[in-house]
Amino acid sequence: MALSRENIINLVLALLLLVVPVAASQMGQPFTVTLATRIAVLALAATGLNIALGLGGLVSFGHAVFFGIGGYAAGILASHVFSGEPMMFGFEGSNQMPVIWIFAVIACGLAGLAIGAISLRTSGVYFIMITLAFAQMIYYFAISWPAYGGEDGLSILVRNQFPGINTMLPLSFFLLCYGVLIACIGLFALLRGSRFGAALQAARQNEVRVAAVGISPYGIRLAAFVVSAMMTGLAGALYADLNKFVSPSMLSWHMSGELIVLIILGGTGRLFGPVAGAMLYVIFEFALGGLTERWQFFLGLILLGVVLFARGGLIGLLAGKARHD
Amino acid sequence: MTESPVLEITDLVKTFGALRASDGVTLDLRSGEVHALIGPNGAGKSTLIHQICGTQKQDSGTIHFAGQDIGRLGVAERARLGLGRTFQVSSLAPEFSALRNVMLAVQARAGSSFRFFRPVMRDRGLIDQARAMLERVGLAGRAKIPAAELSHGERRQLEIAIALALGSKAFLLDEPMAGMGPEGSKRLTGFLDTLRHEAPILLVEHDMDAVFALADRISVLVYGRVIATGTVEEIRRDPAVRTAYLGDHA
Ligand SMILES: Nc1ncnc2c1ncn2[C@@H]1O[C@H](COP(=O)(O)OP(=O)(O)OP(=O)(O)O)[C@@H](O)[C@H]1O
Ligand SMILES: [Mg+2]
Repeated sequence: MALSRENIINLVLALLLLVVPVAASQMGQPFTVTLATRIAVLALAATGLNIALGLGGLVSFGHAVFFGIGGYAAGILASHVFSGEPMMFGFEGSNQMPVIWIFAVIACGLAGLAIGAISLRTSGVYFIMITLAFAQMIYYFAISWPAYGGEDGLSILVRNQFPGINTMLPLSFFLLCYGVLIACIGLFALLRGSRFGAALQAARQNEVRVAAVGISPYGIRLAAFVVSAMMTGLAGALYADLNKFVSPSMLSWHMSGELIVLIILGGTGRLFGPVAGAMLYVIFEFALGGLTERWQFFLGLILLGVVLFARGGLIGLLAGKARHD
Repeated sequence: MTESPVLEITDLVKTFGALRASDGVTLDLRSGEVHALIGPNGAGKSTLIHQICGTQKQDSGTIHFAGQDIGRLGVAERARLGLGRTFQVSSLAPEFSALRNVMLAVQARAGSSFRFFRPVMRDRGLIDQARAMLERVGLAGRAKIPAAELSHGERRQLEIAIALALGSKAFLLDEPMAGMGPEGSKRLTGFLDTLRHEAPILLVEHDMDAVFALADRISVLVYGRVIATGTVEEIRRDPAVRTAYLGDHA
């Protein structure tokens, strides 16, 4: 099987994201490893959003909700282990990532179901606004809820654990995040190529056509929204553990916007679009953030350039137009 | 021959502001027939098709299909009952190839759109069924071309292939000959003549040669009203129809 140009680029990106932190770790530069972890986790969050936005054309401006819920799942469950106070029904919380992830994914699935069920009755600008409205509600709820830090957020004193891996070591934690990212990109590829993915992408292109063959776009989109929410939520749990901190800022509309920006930079609907976008974003943030407070201004310029001249984002620029075989 | 009609429309009314696009339309489609719906531009033919398929809702009146009142069902539900339609302005998934457009219909018919993992492009059964439909409408050679890059005529053929793949119990075709050219029209006429044995056809068409060649019955729609229904001969002779529409064509 000959590799397409896009697949070769994907492979290079995947290897780059793996090799650089491994080498940096050998050379005693843990900060680079942390940057790479940040790329992997943001790429994971954006891969989740890419299911809704890229495949389904659903511009959710509220995905920070799921990112934040995932983060708070990690923070809250861990805080109970440290405080020794049981949560409810005598459950003591957990500092085990697999347990936290399950909580995060289920909570985000339910939140995605509720928010999606209502939001998907609208479309276009209304959909954008209603997802934003939900996100704002939950953001202000988190700010005003004192039990878990309110506005100040919640620290995770010791990074949560994963069986067989020392998550305290930057490189080990990176590899864990990287593994989850690659697995989720694989899942994205499967979904995209499946019958479900066909219906979802067709509904983005022409929902009247999809209805005319007897598929209700609503059900397909709702399923996509839920899966999308779950994946972004998983990323949120990892993000909290990366920073050992979770705060309402993870739920803010800036975060939602950031995820959309990542996808557009990298290439909407492209398998490695979120990875390319996150690389660009984090490297930019690091390189220019040191020089000037106004790095977001330059990011804006790049975004403008992409939207005007390179709709396919970085991947589109390198690999050409997306192909449906 | 007391078999009840496959599709039965009664007293359908649809207004756009002051305009009555359907003004008490009563019409039926019997099994095995081609029922042509003709009339001048803006008469309300497409609006009627839209109401039958549910893409527009009637103000009043009823639509029965396969013995069921479908007037309040959604577009997808009606399609699942077996209404296969083509659009006057083709409506396809533009980025998908012709083949993938038909594959979508095949999976829709199987009700299998909630399968999340198996890649469709390695699903021989799905591909073969879709390809067979493309072959029937003569589009097999264009299977890999994105719908957006097909010619007008080819898109019409593709829509017919999709309706075929759905196993439709009635075909509603809105000007399938438009943009076909004389050769294409002739071929399509021959094809529709065989299609009627699969399911009855409600045919909206301006191409009178095709209408006269195919139709068992013709209804003439003018300003949202059916002014005549009858056999080809009856319609050709009808003086009201001649002044309203046919002119020197009859
Ligand atoms: N969505 C709409 N809003 C307002 N008016 C409409 C709408 N759709 C159709 N009309 C009007 O209703 C009338 C009937 O339109 P329709 O498209 O059904 O005609 P038609 O018989 O299909 O014509 P043609 O032969 O040109 O396709 C026209 O006057 C048209 O302008
Ligand atoms: Mg019309």
